[in-house]
Order: sequence, then structure tokens, then C-alpha cells
Amino acid sequence: MTAAAVTVCRQEVEDFLYAEAALLDSWRLDDWLLMFDEDAKYEMPCNDAPDGDPATDLMLIDDDYTRLAARVARLNSRRAHREYPHSRTNHQVFNVRVDSLGDDVSVTASFTVWRFRAGRSSCYVGRYRYRLRKRDGGLLIVCKRAELDMTDLRDVGDVAVIL
Amino acid sequence: MPLVIDDPVAQRFRVHRSAMTSPDIHRAEIDHIFAKSWLYVGHESEIPEPGDFVRRPVGGRPVFMVRGVKTGQVNVFHNTCTHRGALVCRQDAGNSKVFQCFYHAWTFDSEGQLKGVPDREAYGGGLNFEELGLRRVARVESYRGFVFASYDRDIVDLPTYLAGAKDYIDLVVDGCGGSVEIVRGTNQYSFGANWKLLVENSVDGYHAESTHDTYFKYLVSIGTDLRGGVSGRALDLGNGHAVIEYSSPWGRPVAKWEPLFGEEARVEIDRMRADLVARHGEHRAHTMAEVNRNLLIYPNLIINDIMAVTVRTFYPPAPDAVDVTAWALAPVDELPTLRQRRLDSFLTFLGPGGFATPDDVEALESCQQGFAGGGVEWNDISRGMGRPSMANDEEQMRAFWRRWQHQMGAVADLAGAR
Repeated sequence: MTAAAVTVCRQEVEDFLYAEAALLDSWRLDDWLLMFDEDAKYEMPCNDAPDGDPATDLMLIDDDYTRLAARVARLNSRRAHREYPHSRTNHQVFNVRVDSLGDDVSVTASFTVWRFRAGRSSCYVGRYRYRLRKRDGGLLIVCKRAELDMTDLRDVGDVAVIL
Repeated sequence: MPLVIDDPVAQRFRVHRSAMTSPDIHRAEIDHIFAKSWLYVGHESEIPEPGDFVRRPVGGRPVFMVRGVKTGQVNVFHNTCTHRGALVCRQDAGNSKVFQCFYHAWTFDSEGQLKGVPDREAYGGGLNFEELGLRRVARVESYRGFVFASYDRDIVDLPTYLAGAKDYIDLVVDGCGGSVEIVRGTNQYSFGANWKLLVENSVDGYHAESTHDTYFKYLVSIGTDLRGGVSGRALDLGNGHAVIEYSSPWGRPVAKWEPLFGEEARVEIDRMRADLVARHGEHRAHTMAEVNRNLLIYPNLIINDIMAVTVRTFYPPAPDAVDVTAWALAPVDELPTLRQRRLDSFLTFLGPGGFATPDDVEALESCQQGFAGGGVEWNDISRGMGRPSMANDEEQMRAFWRRWQHQMGAVADLAGAR
């Protein structure tokens, strides 16, 4: 790593996020996992504590890379019963802001993730916070955090799909 | 014919599926069970300071729990203005000395007393401020910090009600060093199945291996030794309460090491276990450290002391729907490294984003959908009858169902359940 500022334009970040959304929507989860660096994290705080800190607060999800890989393996198997057969999802990403530039890139974006399964539709709404890392001319995810705007999960039941 | 058929001679125990589908049964449950039991409200640790409050539905009714500024006691009030009904507590949690109804600005203090009424001279006969205080829920008692309320003024006291479940609450709390708290962050989720299916599932050892295969595969992948297996027993604790207790194939923050916790944790966990032995003796320390407890407190509280401790309560807004609220419970003043490890352990299995809970939800919705098809009228809950009950038997469920049938009485009869 150099100390020099990394410059990334918003369009490059948007293209990266759209590519990620496409991989999730097509359930190419092994390829999706390749977008993460090996010290990466995937976090989701509880609805009533959107500022939740995994060190002190109960989260909905707090995956290090090992558990994220296990999450992918689980969802790829036929024994993740809540997601076999898989939901159809549509990950929509917008209001993208590249907030700060340094060694890593800090990005916030709004999301709407629609999920359809067995005649039922659910919709997740919230905010992504990413830390991205420039590597070999491309980007890698160092941290992906999905903060939900819904006050609870009563309408959606669970977060068995990846947001 | 009752909906629960208990035939010890034939060693057959059956529950009619209308108990899960009938709107009439659902309505009767609200009156016969949720209005007549001790129901979990929350934990005292959620409101440590005078004026701290939380609001939530209890048995489907809006209430709030506040620590009185004058008395320091835990008050549980019906969340409704005594004037014309609006909610007086409109935030989920916070701290306040007064609760003002925004509609006409009647104001109550944290002990429920009516303190302010605008233009009170308009009431010719005067207002009786004593009578117009916030209405307390008929009965409120707590055990080891767990606050319960009942809408039944004549219900037995809480310790009598809890019966054998008291000892198991003690094991959970004492295993955590004697003082516990709810961790910040709440799981609030709902799904389309009858609430009693979640009762069964929360204390079901039989389903673990088949339903949660992906969870066990994950444990193996990080180096967990599953050879010890899941063996243990089921106990009827009286009054509908029950527990399964069994050896733990997974790690326990207090106090069984596993690879998930990291090598550096071994020393700390050994020390915690030694502390338990010093305070409680080897036998009880073993039970606290290496034995899991899935505890059902009738009708709708689960305290599962497994790879972490979860407190879970639920309520049925309809026969085929359940609203679940769940928390993590942890020792007060737990070292930050231990707390982080505990929360990490919780998330491997538990909660709407865990590796197991979503598959339980799928199983229970799947059962409910199966019931709708008719054709098969009875569920079979006979497993393990006629032998000392094992943790993967169904005696703990039978304890619940016997109490349910008793409380429902003649209402839970095939003739009326449609």
C-alpha cells in the first residue's frame, strides 16, 4: 500500500456496485465472493440499532471472510431450506456518494432489494456503507454494511438472502 | 373429543391440527391463555435508571415498563390515556420523568400519577386525579431480573407459577456470574405459522441434525469436534414449563472452548470454568458450562442457553401468524473480548440472518401450509413415550400441550374447532 491518495470516480464505483448487484441477482455467489478482499467483513445491524457496533451490540449479521464464505457455501447448497429453491431478487442501488478518498474509498448508497418467493414479495430498504480498496487496477470490498430503514423485520421475516 | 389426545397406555400422543388453524381456537387462546398467564414483559436491565422506559406489546396489548423516579420500582402500565385513549408512551425506549398524552396534553409521572390537565376548571365536579392515574397491568412481578405481567388479578404468584423453571433460570443467571443484562439490538420478525409450532421448535432436539445440516457443516469447517453429539434429557417442569438439557457439540461463551473463539481464548475460558467450579462445585459448574438448556416458560417465553443465550417471546396476531421478539442475554460487566465472542457465537446460529433460524422459519411455515391441505387431521407427538425422555424426544412438547388443553378446557374440542 502506498500513502498516496487513491482516486476513483463515481462512475467507476457505480459500475462496480451494479456488477455486484447483477452477480447477486443471478445467484453467482462464488463470483460475488471474489469481489471481497480476504480480510473483508459483511455487517448488518439490528433495525432498532442502525449504528450498532458488532463489538458491543447484537447485529443481524457480522461475517468475517470465513463466515461469509460459509454463508455462500450454505446458500449454494440444497440444504439452506429458507433459500431452496432460491428467491428471485432485484438489487437496486442508487444515490451513490463517494464520500472520502484515501488508501481506501468510502462509499454510501441507497438500496432497495426486492425478494420474491413462493407467491410472496418482500422489500428491503436501506443504506449501504462500503469500504473499497483499489487493487490491480480494480476494486475490492473491504467492508460492506447494510443498514435497514424498516423499523423491524415483521414484513420480510428474515434476511436469509444477501442484501 | 379434546384436541389433545394423551394415551399413555397406547403410548400415543396426538394434537388435532385445528389447534393451529382454527380462528375460534385462536380467539379462545387470547382469553384463556394470554389473559390468564404470566407473560414476559422485559428485563430489568433494560431500564436501569429512574425514568428509563421501554414500550412493547405484551400478549398483544400495548403496555410500557418504566422505572419510577420516586420509588425506583418497575412499573408496567397500560399504554393508554385515561382521558380518551391515545397512547401516552410513543417511543420504543428512552428516559422521561413525565408521559404526556399529545392529544389533550394530560400529563402523568413515571409512577403513573396524573399530574397535569389543561383547563381543569372546566370540570364542574372537579377531577379525581387519584382515579385517573395510568392503569397498572393487574399483576407485575419479577424473578432474577425477568419482569412478568399478568392481566389476571387472581393468578398465583410468579414463583409458584414458574415452578421447576425457577431452577433453570437460576442456572442461566448464575452461570453468567449472577447478574445479566439484555444486549442492545433487537430481533423483531414475523412469519406465517401458528405460535405453538414455534413453542415446539424452540425445544425440539429431534430436528437439529436434519434441518440444520448447513450449520453443523459450518462448525465442522472451522474445526469444531462434533463427536460428543447431542445427548441429554427432556423434563416436564410443571405448569406447562419444560426444558431439554443436552451435551454441547458447539462452544459456549461460559464456558466451553471451540475453534470459533480462537486459540487465545482457551486460557480465559478455562479460568471462567474454574471460577464456576469454585463457586458452585464441579457438578453444577459442569451443568452451567458444558450443558445446553432450551427452556420453555409457558406459554410464550423461551430462554435458550446454547452457543449464546437468547430470550425470545412471541404472540399470535392470527392463527397462522406469529410475531417474534428476541434478544441476546449476557453477563453484566462482561469483558469486551468475551462479549464480542459471545455475540459472534450468537450470530452463527441465531437470529433472522443466522445460519439456522431462517430454516426453522421455513420449516414452520411449511407445516402450516401442510395443515391447510386437510386430509391428515392429527400431528403425532408421541416420540419417546414409555421411556425416560431424551432431549430428542417430545416429552417437553407434551408438557406444553397438556397444560394448553387444561387451560383451554372444553373450548379446545373437536366439535367447536373449525
